[in-house]
Amino acid sequence: MRSQFDKELELLNEQLIEMGNLIESSIKAAVSALKEQNVELAKRVLESDDQVDDMEKEIEERCLKLLLRHQPVAKDLRLISSALKMITDMERIGDQAADISEITIMMAGKPYIKDIVHIPQMADIAIKMVKYSIDSFVKKDIELIKKVVLMDDEVDDLFDIIKNELVEIVRENIEHKEQAIDLLMIAKYFERIGDHAQNIAEWVYYAITGEHYVY
Amino acid sequence: MTNKDKIIIRNMNLYYGDFKALNNINMNIKEKKITAIIGPSGCGKSTLLKSLNRMNDLIEGLKIEGEILLDGENIYKEDFDVNLLRKRVGMVFQRPNPFPMSIYDNIAYGPRLHGIRDKKKLDEIVERSLRLAAIWDEVKDNLKKNALRISGGQQQRICIARALAIEPEVLLMDEPTSALDPISTAKIEELIQELKKNYTIVIVTHNMQQAARVSDYTAFMLRGELVEYGETEQIFSVPKDQRTEDYITGRFG
Repeated sequence: MRSQFDKELELLNEQLIEMGNLIESSIKAAVSALKEQNVELAKRVLESDDQVDDMEKEIEERCLKLLLRHQPVAKDLRLISSALKMITDMERIGDQAADISEITIMMAGKPYIKDIVHIPQMADIAIKMVKYSIDSFVKKDIELIKKVVLMDDEVDDLFDIIKNELVEIVRENIEHKEQAIDLLMIAKYFERIGDHAQNIAEWVYYAITGEHYVY
Repeated sequence: MTNKDKIIIRNMNLYYGDFKALNNINMNIKEKKITAIIGPSGCGKSTLLKSLNRMNDLIEGLKIEGEILLDGENIYKEDFDVNLLRKRVGMVFQRPNPFPMSIYDNIAYGPRLHGIRDKKKLDEIVERSLRLAAIWDEVKDNLKKNALRISGGQQQRICIARALAIEPEVLLMDEPTSALDPISTAKIEELIQELKKNYTIVIVTHNMQQAARVSDYTAFMLRGELVEYGETEQIFSVPKDQRTEDYITGRFG
């Protein structure tokens, strides 16, 4: 029974990594589409979101089956319960990549009101956070988890900077209000992606140590 | 809620002849809590349980070192009254073992042995014990029925009632549900939860899910040693010792 269980856990592991890779490439694509105002790419991000949703359901089903059949304890229980929490955050990250792409599509055709340096900067950190949180799971690496938590502060700071910049832009020229709001939403989505990546990292921490992450 | 140590096991070694069955056990058993002892066959868990009311005494070549304190008093000291000990520390075994007599006489057996003759008093004890064991409603109209002619699950509750009839303080249970079907098992488990309000319960079980379900504290034993002992939730979610982890997750051996 144990070897069968181990095989199933290995499959769960692989699926989580696969879903992690999928959302990572989704955000990357969403960021490229945003920078380049690439509508085709943005549309592809929207389409790939269905795949993320399907994976979430698949992994959830596997976890519930494992709970039912094996009544796992200790490390096994922590892995499976963390997986159930992690996929919720992963799915949300996928949604947010899609949300960003939707706005990208709406904004296409209009030049950006300003060179939005801070948004790509924020996006880069958010992408790294997602990557590290998934890597921390793959490598069972607590140092990476700590990095993710620290990076979330950077993302939050950048969000405040962007918000102030956009307020300034609208103050100078009210014509820009619409795009400013769109850009603010995009920034907010990146900020949320950072939060979800941090959640994932914290669940990985719990799976590894059995304790909740304390700051 | 009390958090008192009812039983304290201190530096205990137990030998069967040359074989050391228990090795330096140190363990505090909390009053009015359920403590589960788990571990593979032959790890010493039943031996440890039985030594808590000196059921091992008659085994040839048995030697015990260290102390077991019940309310602070060493039950292995020379002048300790073993009969009184077994009245205070009752036991329920793996297979239901009612005496071949009526349900009523099974329950009244202990109290009679301890000198109670008054019919009314005995009636009271029988009813109270059967109620405590959650079987009164099932047998109240058949108290004269032979206890061997009821179901295994009912027999086991009769045995629990019999143990309760002499008003023990501690109840030792050696795999009390391993011979029972899931419904009877659920009844006994529920009963155990109920009983902890008034009794200190120590239960040896092979069924890890049962330990996780019913107990407040869990002890994991291996080759005569107490490997890990702690709150049940901790043992089953974040065991500290790799051997505990390996055993409870089935990676053992």
